[in-house]
Amino acid sequence: MKPTPRWTALVFALLALPALAAPQIQDWRAASGARVLFVAAHENPIVDVQLSFDAGNRRDPADKPGVAELTLGLLDAGTATLGEEAVREKLTDLAASVSGSVDADSATLTLRVLARPEVREPAVALLAELVARPAFPDAVLRRERERSVDSLRQRETDPGFLAGRELSRLMYPAHPYGLGARLSADSLRRIGRADLLAFWRTYYRPESAVVAIVGDLTRAEAERLAERLLAGLPTGRPAPAALPGVSMQAAGRLRVIAHPASQAHVVMGLPMITRHDPDYYALMAGNYVLGGGGFDARLMRELRDRRGLTYGASSSLAPLEGAGPFELAFSTRKDKVGEALAVARATVADFVANGPSEAELAQAKANIVGGFPLRFDSNRKLLGYLGVIGRYELPLTFLGDYPARIAALTVADVRDAWRRRLDPARLDTVVVGPTSLDAPGEPGGMTR
Amino acid sequence: MKNWHKLVAAGVFAASGATAAAETVEATLPNGLKVVVRRDARAPVAVSQLWYRVGSVDEVNGRTGLSHLLEHMMFKGTRKVPAGEFSRRIAAAGGQDNAFTSRDATVYFQQLAADKLPLAIELEADRMVNLVVDDEAFRREIEVVREERRWRTDDQPTGRLHEALYASALVANPARHPVIGWMDDIRNMKADDLRAWYRDWYAPNNATLVVVGDVDPQAVIALARRQFGALKPRPLPERREQREPEQQGMRRVTVKAPSELSYLTLAWPVPRLESLTDVDPYALSVLSELLDGHDAARLPRRLVREKKIALSASSGYDPLGRGAALFTLTAVPAAGVGLDALEAALKAEVARIAKDGVGAAELARVRRQLEASRVFERDSMFGQAMQIGALESLGFSWRAEDEMNRRLQAVDAAAVQRAARLLVDDKLTVVTLLAQGMKGRPAASAKLEEVSR
Repeated sequence: MKPTPRWTALVFALLALPALAAPQIQDWRAASGARVLFVAAHENPIVDVQLSFDAGNRRDPADKPGVAELTLGLLDAGTATLGEEAVREKLTDLAASVSGSVDADSATLTLRVLARPEVREPAVALLAELVARPAFPDAVLRRERERSVDSLRQRETDPGFLAGRELSRLMYPAHPYGLGARLSADSLRRIGRADLLAFWRTYYRPESAVVAIVGDLTRAEAERLAERLLAGLPTGRPAPAALPGVSMQAAGRLRVIAHPASQAHVVMGLPMITRHDPDYYALMAGNYVLGGGGFDARLMRELRDRRGLTYGASSSLAPLEGAGPFELAFSTRKDKVGEALAVARATVADFVANGPSEAELAQAKANIVGGFPLRFDSNRKLLGYLGVIGRYELPLTFLGDYPARIAALTVADVRDAWRRRLDPARLDTVVVGPTSLDAPGEPGGMTR
Repeated sequence: MKNWHKLVAAGVFAASGATAAAETVEATLPNGLKVVVRRDARAPVAVSQLWYRVGSVDEVNGRTGLSHLLEHMMFKGTRKVPAGEFSRRIAAAGGQDNAFTSRDATVYFQQLAADKLPLAIELEADRMVNLVVDDEAFRREIEVVREERRWRTDDQPTGRLHEALYASALVANPARHPVIGWMDDIRNMKADDLRAWYRDWYAPNNATLVVVGDVDPQAVIALARRQFGALKPRPLPERREQREPEQQGMRRVTVKAPSELSYLTLAWPVPRLESLTDVDPYALSVLSELLDGHDAARLPRRLVREKKIALSASSGYDPLGRGAALFTLTAVPAAGVGLDALEAALKAEVARIAKDGVGAAELARVRRQLEASRVFERDSMFGQAMQIGALESLGFSWRAEDEMNRRLQAVDAAAVQRAARLLVDDKLTVVTLLAQGMKGRPAASAKLEEVSR
């Protein structure tokens, strides 16, 4: 539209905003060797803290997958001086919340608390105690182990879960990144208190810890917080073994798993991208075009908009220390799964062969670059990025570099990277739903 | 929105002793469009939400799912902006956009760099009046929504439980219909049904525009005037309230599903918040917090950790909505525990409060949680916009948050006890999801309050 003078004035008023800038990250090493990253944010009286260790489920003992998750899960189940209920009451009285998560590379705890020292300091002290002096009480372990078994049994009825797990087993048959997909009721029941203690001793090392802090603190307060958080953890334990390399399968496999759901769930994937990948930005921008860009992406256009075959189709990249997966996923009614799979395969093959068009890459760049500030527009989102920068030793300029590196890409960069890195013939495929791909059966189907 | 405290937690800074007072400005255009803008300059971004007061509680049987289907079609082009262009232009501006439909409202939103806000407002104003519902695009979208329903409800044990719960705890009130609609209603929908629904409800006098971000509020209001100001208000269809007839005895419903775990939900119809000076809704909210609002709350503590009879136990109550409100308790039995025993244990927790009340320390703990969550919720601009939009579209001012918080903080032990006494057997609906293993259909966990595009 052609702006009128009044319109121009208005746009100008809206444009007259602070220049777009990446947050000012400070970093240092704690006395124990832990990496600390801090951004001061004084607008709201809140402090968010993330503490992570090189204790993800890739560190699970090969015969006991599940140890990493149970270890983290039981940190708040009591300490040398506090029982389980006492821990919870203390947290509640401080209006603080602690949560935890485990992924392939890391075990992560997060704390959110008001910035007032009367609640902040005891909350940090409590988190420090949970990490440094866990009791791992036998009775709680038995209870949580059984809850994990039941939760796994339930997830095993979910076609999306079954598809993802089978794909992970195919992609990482012998690599620790496949351990999470090898969890079973038996493996969980083999885990005893000694396993948790040994895991905690070996992997909850302050030297491998990353502390990310965002909130209403001064630098000096943040330094004291980080020291306090790690004070009780013994130092000097040996560094664990380096991660073995990921080997790729020579040819992609197809697995079909029968399931009574009305929809078939399809996933495809292969190990592809690391956090320090030389093709990182070309792969990321390309994935936007192929399947990461929502309604801008080819998979959504082909499967949903043009054919009404699915509610959602997407592809994703999960960069890890080693080669994390490229994955593509969608669900569709069973009698359409053959057609949908053919469309998905053709979409991938065409993208790899020809790359994005100039217009598609321009659109991807515009969205990724223009939308970059949305990725850290809250303390909580920013905290996640600090954690990643710390865990993977990325440069402090990462958040500023990212959009610049995306903006510099050419169509040839993206096409060449995807040609080199994704051979469609090596994609593993899992279809959960039909009894076979030729004659999609529908036991128990209900919808037509 | 599931929890009261999440709704009222954000945004009103004056009463909480916070450092920076937020600048919130509102205006109502001559055509009835309400605009509320809050400046939050922590990042150079903005969120824009356009709330239409139309949702599944406005639908009638045989036409359920209309609001949600129309929400899908709102991305399929106008006389000026071709199909798919809305999202493409927002994405090209670095933005994200989507929409969701609830029982009460249909909401379209964009998150983008603050200087790109004029694009979002211009596009929203265009599709408020210029939508083209193309027959062929509509036919394809019906299939998309049927896939959405299969994925969200039919293939999910908890989705089916939730649907059965509302369909059986309520017999007349339209909150009994699923937001996404019954499968046959989706399949039988006509493009003309959507065109009529659009003409009926999409008008400036049935909408609220909410913007939160690094913007000058007066400039945003001027922008809204410019883009929406020329649109004509229209008379809206009459909204006939269908009060739920009083329940005269306990109901029991069983749903079978291909699940490994069984689920049990107890639901009572209870008052919703109709006026700020109501009493019970505040007390019921505090009761829900006591049962399941924090780390040391009663249900998980007693049923999961102490007695070990449940794998999970939770409560739910949303006082804000145009449809009938339910107070719910949901639990999953631990291995070897019968559903009867679990039901008795859940009721016993309510009865204990009805008989003995609650202690001052326990109440103080809930109040502290509520107060802190108000501060925490300010971290999310999207969350702030949601709260403003929800209150405004229900007929409360965004300013009501303050008073709601005061009244919530003032709930005493006697009020909580009275709230627990509302939960009597004669008003109870018990819905049981009986696990059938993998013989039937599969599972996962999801709660269906809102469905998005």
